[in-house]
Amino acid sequence: MLQDLELMAVEIEQVTAGAPAGSEFATAPVVIEARALHKSFRLPTHKIDSLKERFTTFTKGEYRELRALRDVSFDIHRGEFFGIVGRNGSGKSTLLKILASIYAADAGRVRMAGRLAPFIELGVGFNPDLTARENVELNGVMMGLDRTEARKRLGSVLEFAELEEFVDMKLKNYSSGMLVRLAFSVMIQSDAEILLIDEVLAVGDASFQQKCADVFHEMRDSERTVILVTHDMGAVEHYCHRAMLLHDGGVRASGDPEEVAREYLRLNFEQAPTAAGESGGTADVVIVAAELQNADGERATTVEAGKPLRLSVVLEARRAVEGPSFGLALMNADNVQVAGIALPLAPDMGDRLEAGQRVRVSGEIENRLAPGRYVMQSWIHRNHSFAQLVLHSPHVLDFVVFGSDVDGVVSLDNDLMAVPE
Amino acid sequence: MKADPVRLQLQEVQGPSALGGGSRRFFDLLWLVSLNEFKKTFFGTFLGYIWSLVRPLMLFAVLLVVFTKVMKIGGEVPHYPVLLLFNIVLFGFFQEATGSAVTSVLSQEGIVRKTQFPRLVIPLSSVLIALFTLGLNMIVVLVFILANGINPMWTWLLLPVVLVPLIVLTSCLSLLLSALNVRFRDVNIMWAVAATALFYMTPVLYPITIATLPHTLRRVLLVNPLTPILEQARAWVIDPSAPGAVAAAGGWLHLLPSIVVFLVVCVLGVWVFKREAPRIAELL
Repeated sequence: MLQDLELMAVEIEQVTAGAPAGSEFATAPVVIEARALHKSFRLPTHKIDSLKERFTTFTKGEYRELRALRDVSFDIHRGEFFGIVGRNGSGKSTLLKILASIYAADAGRVRMAGRLAPFIELGVGFNPDLTARENVELNGVMMGLDRTEARKRLGSVLEFAELEEFVDMKLKNYSSGMLVRLAFSVMIQSDAEILLIDEVLAVGDASFQQKCADVFHEMRDSERTVILVTHDMGAVEHYCHRAMLLHDGGVRASGDPEEVAREYLRLNFEQAPTAAGESGGTADVVIVAAELQNADGERATTVEAGKPLRLSVVLEARRAVEGPSFGLALMNADNVQVAGIALPLAPDMGDRLEAGQRVRVSGEIENRLAPGRYVMQSWIHRNHSFAQLVLHSPHVLDFVVFGSDVDGVVSLDNDLMAVPE
Repeated sequence: MKADPVRLQLQEVQGPSALGGGSRRFFDLLWLVSLNEFKKTFFGTFLGYIWSLVRPLMLFAVLLVVFTKVMKIGGEVPHYPVLLLFNIVLFGFFQEATGSAVTSVLSQEGIVRKTQFPRLVIPLSSVLIALFTLGLNMIVVLVFILANGINPMWTWLLLPVVLVPLIVLTSCLSLLLSALNVRFRDVNIMWAVAATALFYMTPVLYPITIATLPHTLRRVLLVNPLTPILEQARAWVIDPSAPGAVAAAGGWLHLLPSIVVFLVVCVLGVWVFKREAPRIAELL
């Protein structure tokens, strides 16, 4: 009986994600109301995608049911900057696509007041064979403007993107930096009442970054409602009035952004041993905390190009491990390993970690990385042997390097010069 | 921010659908997407539009030689060369539209999966683009008609009456094929074969009234909804002495099978697409 009661309490806690009383938005009208959203995907173990197979396969197709969202409810009030966070596979993207009318929910309903402009990915829907002028018009119409309104917007979009002189250039001839600027500009110039933004911060060079940050601050203080889906806890704490953490398709926490961010980080490291188990590690050593720090020793998620990466990782041995070594790899947005570092763990401790012992790996890493988003992976081995994996954590932390665009994945210092010969 | 009280009422979100997000947006998008795509082929390649004309003209030239010099069928049909070109252009519209529509939804995967895009626009823009080409090709046909000594007739004004069912049929079939191709990826290949077969099962190369046509084959042709369309177009545009669709079929009763097929294709196309539209993004 007591157990039942406890269960109920947990469930009630899970489904409430409205603005807390006392919040400045508690009295503002609700603009998005989601109630008991459910969504499952049937993943066939063997996908039948041709008629030939349909007629030649006699066994009934087997499915694995993936429950992407279970009973998700929340309210978003007008003027709120609302963050949705969660690990990969937590259901964030599915929720986003339901809000954006790309997927249909299996059960539950969403009600919305006003127009919503979704930005699932920067520049999606851009046609490389068309000019900026044509693309901006097309995009405007896609966002629900009529053609005249869409054309009128062209000037302000190009002005913000600083691309006026390239208005009649085809997008395929744009550099990636220009493309990103145009896409971001199209997004923020949209006059929809509700903006849905997925992970698009941190684009372009430092000055454009600053401009974007200003815009987000402006949006935060305006009447406009913004929903931001991100991994970047820095952005959540910085911009959001309220945030919601999704975990395994359900609402795990919601409310104060800082608390949600903390919960997210806790969840991330709690999960590390399972992840290691899946990839073959024994998880005798786990990562307890990992962060990049700024010059003042505070947690940072962005680093300026050229400034060193100050890393701090705390490990804890669950069981004694002989000859432990620690490796990390930096992967760029294309999932290419840009750098790898390996070091033995504390040789002065007798080349052995005792159960319960904690080790901190910290220091500076030279930063020649090109601007962009990076993910740090990490490995722990025993007996200094790559074959004896203790832990593999594919996502220890991520960070963004900002600065002016460079060609390639690293920028190399050089003293090249041209002299007459 | 404008605080329009009507728009700020909470409204149920309908989810993805064929039309999705209002009819004005739908037509604006359809027009813009088609126009941009058309401009791309028109200005994008060195000879642009010439290429989309060269194909039917080449086919026309080859068939003309075969049917007038080798098989000598053309002799008994008045204005045979012009009729042949006219039919090739009309059937070409059908073939081009359905052929590009069948893969359209698959090839626009990025847009379907990541934007709130009315799904119906995608196959319909294939049809609209083919319609632009048809319009231009009709100018060439007109030149041939006049050069062949056919005098302008008031029945030319009736051409839209046959074009409308042609466009409706093409559109509905495009919907059906593009939706099916998302679930079954080999529909694309099957349609390429079927379209070629259909070319010979449609009175493109010869009118259905031709004496040498066996009776059973005639029956088969009469099931094809394109048959009455082409026959009627011939009577109104090329040769006023030719029987119209009804007379060529041998009475209204014989026209019935093709009308039934027409209606079935239309209902099926709309129904299947409407049913599939909300799930397309997940199936891709």
